[in-house]
Amino acid sequence: MGALTNIGAGVVALWIFVALAAPVLAPFDPNALLSPFATPGAPGPDDGTFWLGTDHLGRDILSRIIWGARSVLTYAPVAAFCAYVLGVTMGLAAGYFKGWVDAGLSFVSNAVLAFPVLVLYILVITTIGASALNIVLAVTFASAPGIMRIVRSLVLDLRNRGYVAAAETRGEALWWILFVEILPNARGPLIVDACLRLGYVIITIGVLGFLGLGLPPPDPDWGGMINESRALTLAFPHMTLFPCLAISSLVLGLNLMADGLRKGEVRS
Amino acid sequence: MLSFVLRRLGAMALTMLVVSAVVFGLMELIPGNVATMVLGPYASDEQKNIWLSANGYLEPAWCRYGVWLANFVQGDFGHSIRFKVPVGDVLWPRLGRTAILGVSALAVIVPLSLTLGVLAGMREGSIIDRLISVIGIVTTSIPEFASAVFLTSIFVFWLQWLPGASTMSDGFDAVQLVLPVLVLVLYDFGYIARMTRASMIDVIATPYIRTAILKGLPRRQVILRHAFRNALIAPFTVIMLQINWLLSGVIVVEFFFAYKGFGALLLEAALNRDVFVIEACAMIAVFVAVATQALADIGYAFLNPRIRFGSAD
Repeated sequence: MGALTNIGAGVVALWIFVALAAPVLAPFDPNALLSPFATPGAPGPDDGTFWLGTDHLGRDILSRIIWGARSVLTYAPVAAFCAYVLGVTMGLAAGYFKGWVDAGLSFVSNAVLAFPVLVLYILVITTIGASALNIVLAVTFASAPGIMRIVRSLVLDLRNRGYVAAAETRGEALWWILFVEILPNARGPLIVDACLRLGYVIITIGVLGFLGLGLPPPDPDWGGMINESRALTLAFPHMTLFPCLAISSLVLGLNLMADGLRKGEVRS
Repeated sequence: MLSFVLRRLGAMALTMLVVSAVVFGLMELIPGNVATMVLGPYASDEQKNIWLSANGYLEPAWCRYGVWLANFVQGDFGHSIRFKVPVGDVLWPRLGRTAILGVSALAVIVPLSLTLGVLAGMREGSIIDRLISVIGIVTTSIPEFASAVFLTSIFVFWLQWLPGASTMSDGFDAVQLVLPVLVLVLYDFGYIARMTRASMIDVIATPYIRTAILKGLPRRQVILRHAFRNALIAPFTVIMLQINWLLSGVIVVEFFFAYKGFGALLLEAALNRDVFVIEACAMIAVFVAVATQALADIGYAFLNPRIRFGSAD
């Protein structure tokens, strides 16, 4: 199983490298309209090659995937991070104070979690409009309750430990107790969850793009690429196949990493 | 038991009430005029105002919400702006089609994932176990729209075995259901299989299984009669909660295969700001979610006598 974890980490590292080096790696401008409907391997301008073909507008698919990696690896971690900041704070408050704080926060998060998640995304995005900021907001809003639940259950246990009592007796500030004494001891399950959740967020951004609710065109976005060429799948599978492979491999890498981390967690 | 069920039903009703208010409030935030969407961009302001007052849109929001809620409770879901028919007329047939899709998917997912989970959990760490785990991780990593593209490329483009769209325009056709169901199965079976495996491993480690083995029962009987039944408790909850996830998958699948079901309706209504259809769809989605959750809790308490109803949530 160790090998699979390494493969997962390798795939994720590769995509991060691709995202960082996008300007160097991409053979063409991702938004340039070159020659439409080119099949994979067809020759392009300036002695270049359309290794993965072009889409119906003549944009190079490889370049769009490379630049798309940059956008997905920017927005997904930012969205997951915001969700964590909100969810962890809520979870710490609910688990530490218990009582009505817990009751109130738990009711709100249960109401949000009762929503089938995609329905929630569709309603929120169609209301506030599709943009990068709004996708981050929607993901934060929809994911924070789930994170809160995990943190809350961990904190309910950790707050009874001796070192918390010691810190309270020393008269440490509240934020110190929450973020320095309690939170680091809850990190194990949270790191595994973060890996899985990042995968979900990437899928979510992909699904929103696929439904036409993602990042506004023309900038490359994997989900959006699939949406634009969806109707042409039967005639030109390469237009949709490669973005799908890209997103699947990235999520698979993250899930393999999470699986390895979880096994390590159980062992230690 | 009765008070437990009643309390769950009360919590369900309260959640639906809160959600309906939130959705209604969300729709109020939408910029733009309903009248423009109904009467078209060339309608004069006077015409728009006449339409708005005739349809009660000039009342304050809480008033309209009250009217909607009163009607909804009595089974009147309002009028669709986009389809120009009562919401129920378009909603129920769509819901029926989605039920067919969802039930077909579950009919494959449940036996498949339980079998795989038990096979994997029976011998932890064996080749079969590892193989099933890896397959599960791979299939749950592929988003539904991606597996839809992969399967369409294989079965429609190259092999030409199956139709690429599931519009059901010439009446119900089971062949058109194959790809949508397959996509849902691929994405969802891995998680249930994994939970069944974990549950099976826990049960196998209990003393009563050791006793059963040591008293010389055949392995088959130990697994089927002693281990399997107890290992089913946890997956039951997971399966009920999975129905909620299935709904998200259904939206993607219906959109991809042009299947005219509930998910496609919800998406179309949201894109066209068809308030009453959105509200009705949201209510049904939330009802399915809370009802399955309540069923999961009640069923769990029922399957596992060690849970006391009074102390349960």
